[in-house]
Amino acid sequence: MSDLVQSAPNSRSFRWQDFFARHGTLIVLLALLVFNMIATPNFLSVRTLNVNLTQVATIVIVAVGMTMVIATGGIDLSVGSLMAIAGALAPLIFLGKIVHFGNIYVAVAVAMVVSVLVAGAFGWFNGWLITHFKIQPIIATLVLFIAGRGIAQVVTNGNLQAFKVPQFQFIGLDRWFGIPVQVIVMIILVAAATWTMRNTLFGRQILAVGGNERAARLCGMPVSKTKRWVYFISGICAGIAGLVVIAINSSSDANLVGLGMELDAIAAVAVGGTSLSGGRASVLGTLMGALIIQLVRFTLLANGIPDAAALVVKAAIIVAAVWLQRQNGARA
Amino acid sequence: MTQSITPTGSQGISKTIMNGLGRHGVVLALALLLLFGAVRYEHFLGLFNISTVLRYNSMFALVALGMCFVIMTGGIDLSVGSTAALGSVVAALLSPYGVIIGTLGGVFAGLVIGCINGLIVTRLRILPFITTLATMLAASGSALLLSKNQSVSVSYESGFTELGQGDFLNLPIPAIIAGVFYIIASLVLNLTSTGRTVLAIGGNEDASRLMGLRTDRIKFLVYLASGGLAGLAGVILASQFGAGQPIEGVGWELFAIASVVVGGTLLTGGVGSVGATLAGVLLLGLIFNILNFENGLGWISLSAYWQSVIRGLFLLVVVILQARLSRPND
Amino acid sequence: MALSLLSMQRISKAFGGIPALSAASLQIDAGEVHALVGQNGAGKSTMIKILTGYYRKDAGDIQFDGASFDVESPQAAQMGGISTIYQEINLVPYRSVAENICLGREKRRFGLLDWPAMYEDARALIARFNINIDVRQPLMNFNTATQQMIAISRAIGFKAKLVIMDEPTSSLDEREVGVLFDVIRQLKADGVSVIFVSHKLDELYQVCDRVTIMRDGQSVKTAAMADLTQLELIAAMLGRDIAQVSRHTTAFGDRTFQYQSGPEAPLLKVSNLRAGRKVLDVNFNMRRGEIIGLAGLLGAGRTETARVIFGEDQRQGGLVELNGVAFNPRDPADAIAAGLGFCSEDRKLDGIIPDMSVAENLTLVLLPHLSKAGIVDETAKAKIVETFIARLGVKCSGPNQKIRELSGGNQQKVLLARWLATNPDLLILDEPTRGIDVGAKAEIQSLINAMAKDGLSVLMISSELEEVIEGADRVFVLREGHSVAEFAHKDLSEQAIMQAMAYSEPATTAAGAAS
Repeated sequence: MSDLVQSAPNSRSFRWQDFFARHGTLIVLLALLVFNMIATPNFLSVRTLNVNLTQVATIVIVAVGMTMVIATGGIDLSVGSLMAIAGALAPLIFLGKIVHFGNIYVAVAVAMVVSVLVAGAFGWFNGWLITHFKIQPIIATLVLFIAGRGIAQVVTNGNLQAFKVPQFQFIGLDRWFGIPVQVIVMIILVAAATWTMRNTLFGRQILAVGGNERAARLCGMPVSKTKRWVYFISGICAGIAGLVVIAINSSSDANLVGLGMELDAIAAVAVGGTSLSGGRASVLGTLMGALIIQLVRFTLLANGIPDAAALVVKAAIIVAAVWLQRQNGARA
Repeated sequence: MTQSITPTGSQGISKTIMNGLGRHGVVLALALLLLFGAVRYEHFLGLFNISTVLRYNSMFALVALGMCFVIMTGGIDLSVGSTAALGSVVAALLSPYGVIIGTLGGVFAGLVIGCINGLIVTRLRILPFITTLATMLAASGSALLLSKNQSVSVSYESGFTELGQGDFLNLPIPAIIAGVFYIIASLVLNLTSTGRTVLAIGGNEDASRLMGLRTDRIKFLVYLASGGLAGLAGVILASQFGAGQPIEGVGWELFAIASVVVGGTLLTGGVGSVGATLAGVLLLGLIFNILNFENGLGWISLSAYWQSVIRGLFLLVVVILQARLSRPND
Repeated sequence: MALSLLSMQRISKAFGGIPALSAASLQIDAGEVHALVGQNGAGKSTMIKILTGYYRKDAGDIQFDGASFDVESPQAAQMGGISTIYQEINLVPYRSVAENICLGREKRRFGLLDWPAMYEDARALIARFNINIDVRQPLMNFNTATQQMIAISRAIGFKAKLVIMDEPTSSLDEREVGVLFDVIRQLKADGVSVIFVSHKLDELYQVCDRVTIMRDGQSVKTAAMADLTQLELIAAMLGRDIAQVSRHTTAFGDRTFQYQSGPEAPLLKVSNLRAGRKVLDVNFNMRRGEIIGLAGLLGAGRTETARVIFGEDQRQGGLVELNGVAFNPRDPADAIAAGLGFCSEDRKLDGIIPDMSVAENLTLVLLPHLSKAGIVDETAKAKIVETFIARLGVKCSGPNQKIRELSGGNQQKVLLARWLATNPDLLILDEPTRGIDVGAKAEIQSLINAMAKDGLSVLMISSELEEVIEGADRVFVLREGHSVAEFAHKDLSEQAIMQAMAYSEPATTAAGAAS
């Protein structure tokens, strides 16, 4: 054992496997871009860029929170259901079904803040289950995965809520400076999370808790508090994503909003190089991971291959990406 | 001098209590729920209702059985839902050739997915969660490709639908199939070295390897079995509803995990019971049944959406109880 | 001359181009107990892992039991007659004792498991050690020593010709070590050979026939234990002349001791402390600048006492006073705020964060002080890291190297630095030199010495008597959760401490003890 420990990576000889494993995500992304520039007609257009970014934005927004959760060694299966809850709640508020607001801007503002905070509160509840009862994250968040969508369905009685409220739908339909608003939201969240992980005490606490919880506690770190915050953030991110989705659809269907999102987000995180065992986090990697999955789908569709086949390719990419990272991790 | 050594301290005792409650608690809860239903609703214990509940839940029971074995090794199989969907499509496509070919085809499709899972987990050493997340997508994609994105009607001439809809000795055939598999699984777990190795791997995989147990082979078999059982569940699905359903099975995996957990099997592996898993499936299934009866009484009207809320709450109570009981020393 | 059972000749193995073994050799006779020693990184574990099929050798030849031996898996090695008892006991806690003994060679009847026969088999094997346990109970219900007996029973059940024991005594107390040695002698009498790997030199002399010393991936010396003094053995391990090895076995040699029991108010006073099952009535006190030793057998409640003082476990009775004021930390964060530090016993489990860099690990506790409004001041951090790496002589490629790539001794230095950087009043060190090589051990001991000279108070828990005797100003001895003796430095002797540790055998020890 100790013998292995001392055989640090050999820096003298350049190993292309090492290089590839370390920057694999970026290389694959670049390769996909280059391939598309050659193979896909009209790929290099603002429209294509916007289409892809718009489609990927909700996954990335959720995956940012998921990255932080996974960095603590946890997992959040409830994000899809939390999206449904936020998506069910917001129209109820801004359509005046709960309380009537005179001013639509006030109504929308209240709807956004309240529904996102409610999703955050459910995230906090996940964190509380995990820290207070010491329940494994996968089981604790399974509770809200099952019950959360039910809550959203019960609140709306399973009905589709259609609406046309431009004051709200800007987050899914408008552009600022030519960039879709949800892409701006995504960029802000990615930047904020990256900065948090790199530069703040909180970021260090997340990594320490995920890397060795017992050691983190003995170092005086607020382990439980850190975890609860992380699940709260994951809930907030899910809430925001829920709003974006219903804004795009001009309707909210509690049966469908965020369905399967937990696994999409986890896939993006895994392809992006954040280890599921905790202690490491790469928010930018997650962004790239989500972009790779999206671009592959786009490439296949643009070249006439059906969506179902894209799923199979997506599966292969997830396995290949994680396998490459494992090679790197095993050697380092 | 020979000395008797008793297990140390109350840790052992509290663990024993936890295991006892985990295994028998779920059976007790099931009995109470049955009693409640029997007293409150007239036709609850009628042949028709029992038969309906068993017929519908036998698919989940098969999926949960495979999941139970995977979880006992400390793994997880997220691909079971879409594997069942794939199995149902393949079975429906092959159903004109008779019930045997249809069934074998569906099970074979499941075995293929299980085989891929097993190979990736044991050879590439990728976490089961990620592996089966990927194969879940692959199975779903394959099902959609084979079915051209729509449900595939089964052949009614070949007798394929008997498998899901028929009865034998007044018992629904799917329930008999599930029952047989549960008995076999129970024997395998308790009376074969394979079964004990499954538990040993979940308890401490490194130790099991160093003890000379063939951990990889057993893990491979467990994923293979889980895939095959999910495929079989898909066959029953197609037969019962008369069509292969490429988009069915969404969320089955998490429902199966919930049943296994309610049955007291530890998600970390190493401890588990086949019978308690079955009780877990029936318990979660009966919640829906009771909700229907309650609505039938006409005093309250809870929409079907409440069932997921109630199931979630139920899971919550179970995991909190388990967590409370397993905590040492306080 | 006995027959040779195992002969490993010119074994080489490299990891990623870096040699771990270069032409190392090992020869074991039938029915002998053979010690394998060396510093960390000398190649012992690689050698053993090649023998047990965990790694494949790059070059060399292995003869075992008269035939060429080249196994590719632990299973094959076990079937071939080589069983290993690992440092951390590698059995399956949730499963029964019988399963742990029999898995892999189960008794069957009609193709199914024959449980009664397996229980009988397990009972018979366990009975050799004169203990009688219910083999149907889960393994986790038994204490470490018993679990080790079970592991050995398993090896015997597999008709092992060679049993490898990797640091088998590291989690045993002295009584249990005695039982283990009886078992080893019994194995020897049955013609089974044993390879015994240990850092504790005294034990080697008690039980081993011959020793092979490894250094830098080579076997540098093989000799009969009786022909080799402890000093010669250490010298061969370190690759130094005997004259260079100091007269003291520890590096506390130049300490001037303060053993006056003057009126000075104590920094820490613990009275009638009670917590859980392990801490029943603990009393001691310490003054500023003192090194206080806490001695006792494994399970005497030393670590548990430290954890209560540090707020990791909760007090159920008694009083802890810090600077004369009652002190009740709710969690380690409280204790740290009050000027305490705790370097835990298990580096891997409680200490390092393996994926983080040396710099991150070193500044974990200090981080809140290096942050303004939650943002970490990287410049200030880098400065502190640089200072402490230099001051403690941490050998690493740079502050950004991952800590898991460091040797045990260097990891321990980083952990010490983690606490020293917070400038604590009182530092609790739990087994500060366990499992690290002789060189690093000496460095850490002189470091503790230097810290105390600068006015730091140290509470040192150690199972190595020399360390406590040569290092501590005063020593308190715990036995089964009770403080039973206090010694000033001038009164210290191994004899005295050992007597206090094992003064009497209260009736309650029958449960959970193995002898």
